[in-house]
Amino acid sequence: MNNKSQVLSKIQSSLARRNRAEARFRWYGRMAIFIGLLAVALLFIDIVSKGHGAFRATYIQLDVRYDQALVGIDNLTDAEQLIAGNWQALPKSALRTYFPDVSGRSDKRKLYKLLSNGAGFDLKDRLVADPSLLNRIESVWILADDDIDTYYKSWLDGNPYDARMSDKQVKWIHQLHQEGQIALHFNSNLFTRGDSREPEQAGIRGALMGSFFTLVLTLLLSFPIGVSAAIYLEEFAPKNKWTDFIEVNINNLAAVPSIIFGLLGLAIFINVFHVPRSVPIVGGLVLTLMTLPTIIITSRAAIKSVPPSIREAALGMGASKYQMVLHHVLPLALPGMLTGAIIGMAQALGETAPLLMIGMVAFIVDIPGGFSDPATVLPVQIFLWADSPERAFIEKTSAAIMVLLSFLIIMNTSAVWLRKRLERRW
Amino acid sequence: MNTSNIAEKEPKTTAKLSSEQTLEIEDNHITVGSCFSDNPKMTMRNVNVFYADKQAIFDVSLDIEKNEVIAMIGPSGCGKSTFLRTLNRMNDTVDGCRMDGDICMDGDDLYAPKLDVVELRARVGMVFQKPNPFPKSIYDNVAYGPKIHGLADSRVDLDEIVENSLRKASLWEEVKERLHQPGTGLSGGQQQRLCIARAIAVSPEVILMDEPCSALDPIATAKIEELIEELSENFTIAIVTHSMQQAARVSHRTAYFHLGKLIEVNPTEQVFTMPQHQLTEAYITGRFG
Ligand SMILES: Nc1ncnc2c1ncn2[C@@H]1O[C@H](COP(=O)(O)OP(=O)(O)O)[C@@H](O)[C@H]1O
Ligand SMILES: [Mg+2]
Repeated sequence: MNNKSQVLSKIQSSLARRNRAEARFRWYGRMAIFIGLLAVALLFIDIVSKGHGAFRATYIQLDVRYDQALVGIDNLTDAEQLIAGNWQALPKSALRTYFPDVSGRSDKRKLYKLLSNGAGFDLKDRLVADPSLLNRIESVWILADDDIDTYYKSWLDGNPYDARMSDKQVKWIHQLHQEGQIALHFNSNLFTRGDSREPEQAGIRGALMGSFFTLVLTLLLSFPIGVSAAIYLEEFAPKNKWTDFIEVNINNLAAVPSIIFGLLGLAIFINVFHVPRSVPIVGGLVLTLMTLPTIIITSRAAIKSVPPSIREAALGMGASKYQMVLHHVLPLALPGMLTGAIIGMAQALGETAPLLMIGMVAFIVDIPGGFSDPATVLPVQIFLWADSPERAFIEKTSAAIMVLLSFLIIMNTSAVWLRKRLERRW
Repeated sequence: MNTSNIAEKEPKTTAKLSSEQTLEIEDNHITVGSCFSDNPKMTMRNVNVFYADKQAIFDVSLDIEKNEVIAMIGPSGCGKSTFLRTLNRMNDTVDGCRMDGDICMDGDDLYAPKLDVVELRARVGMVFQKPNPFPKSIYDNVAYGPKIHGLADSRVDLDEIVENSLRKASLWEEVKERLHQPGTGLSGGQQQRLCIARAIAVSPEVILMDEPCSALDPIATAKIEELIEELSENFTIAIVTHSMQQAARVSHRTAYFHLGKLIEVNPTEQVFTMPQHQLTEAYITGRFG
């Protein structure tokens, strides 16, 4: 009796200690997760706070007279005339009309600097789209220069940055503001244009299309090759030292720094096979090399997770090995394989270093229209913009990061969703 | 693992038995009882099976008669499954497993180089220990065999095969309303009958069953046993079971395996009433296993 109560009290005293240890352990776990989340939150807050401004741009509303004589054209369907026309005269004259008091060469130059130097071409596009505007007056919101954009946004935020502004320009902006002729509008250029030296005209469309073509090629190459390799290794290859050797090397490849793949691509695809530089083809090939190990490893895991009882059932019914794989293993392993492919693609989308090696870091204004057009990709665009001196590129950089992160989040979420959705049904 | 367990158990078992009896098997044990038949469906002669270097089956010779139900019993790890799986060459799929000896069905050598295992497995169907329907619809489960072997000429044909097979497996009434729902949604017993329907859909000559009821409750077990009795009219059945009652209920002959050796084969009634070998007696009286 006495003995029993002793045992009980011993258990009770150790119980308290064990409970404390468990509580402590839980706390460590919570702290670890908190730190992780905090890091992510800080990253997001920093990027969003810097980048959100880029989704709106400063526009100035002016009455534009599409003066035929001023531009020096007489036929809107003549391509040569369109190219030769002095389109920049249109926004300039509109500014002079709005600010009639401005005189003198240097003041006028400052005045003209209010608007983007692409403004004339934007007006040309409007006119070509609607030829009836010729010689008529239209009130247009015209894109402002990046310095104006930076100043106006910072001034609205109560913290004006006027280092690159003259006093007169500041005065004009305030006049425009009071008269309601300057405002922030959605920055569609960001999504419709390629790169530019002028921050206000630069967009991520070119990089997005470059990433798109590169990734499509990567997926088209790496998924079938990776899945075939995985199936062969799991289902058909004899288990001997050769397959062990291959397995070790696939795992090695997965751990090789990505820049090595870029060097390899440079040495083989460009120098030996003479694939042109800077095009999605070579980017796709290099990223395929990089993604293959990921896809092979995840696909093998997916194949391994198909229960042996299903294989036995198929073989026992007289299915050949090939039929067993095609009819039973593959359908069950496919969700896992797709998840692996998405994760591999997300990695490839964020990859920068190997692409620098194969020339996808060039300054490219035109939006690529295919696999063989010179292109850059989103992360490289971020790298390029982050390196640019113009202050207005700071928010562009962050905005491009936001777009990249959204794609990554979408891809990773769909991988998780796919896994949940198509989880084992046996 | 299994064998080592038994090896550990064995001395204890010996100690329990009265002194004049011993439970050693002679190295050159010759199966006692009636292992041969005048009208055999399958004949096995001097079969040895090895997993890598470890021998799992020692020199087993046995006939399986046409349309009989033969039960294989014995302590776990004694090689019942291994032996059963040599009959449709399922052991070929196990790395490092090899066998020697002769196995013939209707006089054809099952291990002849020119024999195609695909054809063999259509002739010798198998039902596994754990119900393993494909994660597909009930219909597709049953239709799979006929489809891959090209047994149905038309959709109507296939429908008929599916219905007949499900009827023979006494499952039709329960599932006819939901043929296109997943087979994995059925109860365990229904799943096992679905697996039986799937096996008989290709009209095999022999059906191998490896402990088909070990994962089922008593009611589902009773249904399967009833079904085995019906099937024995048309098929030759070899069933592995760890339940002696089950062997007694469903089989015509019973083969007792011990440590990879076939100890005794006799008509079921005799095995359970007057076993010829002491090891068999020790097993059926529950002294080990
Ligand atoms: N795939 C395998 N690889 C190696 N040894 C095996 C394998 N399958 C079974 N064995 C061994 O063969 C012996 C017989 O096993 P098994 O035929 O499964 O016995 P039973 O079905 O009678 O329980 C056991 O010792 C077991 O450990
Ligand atoms: Mg077994």
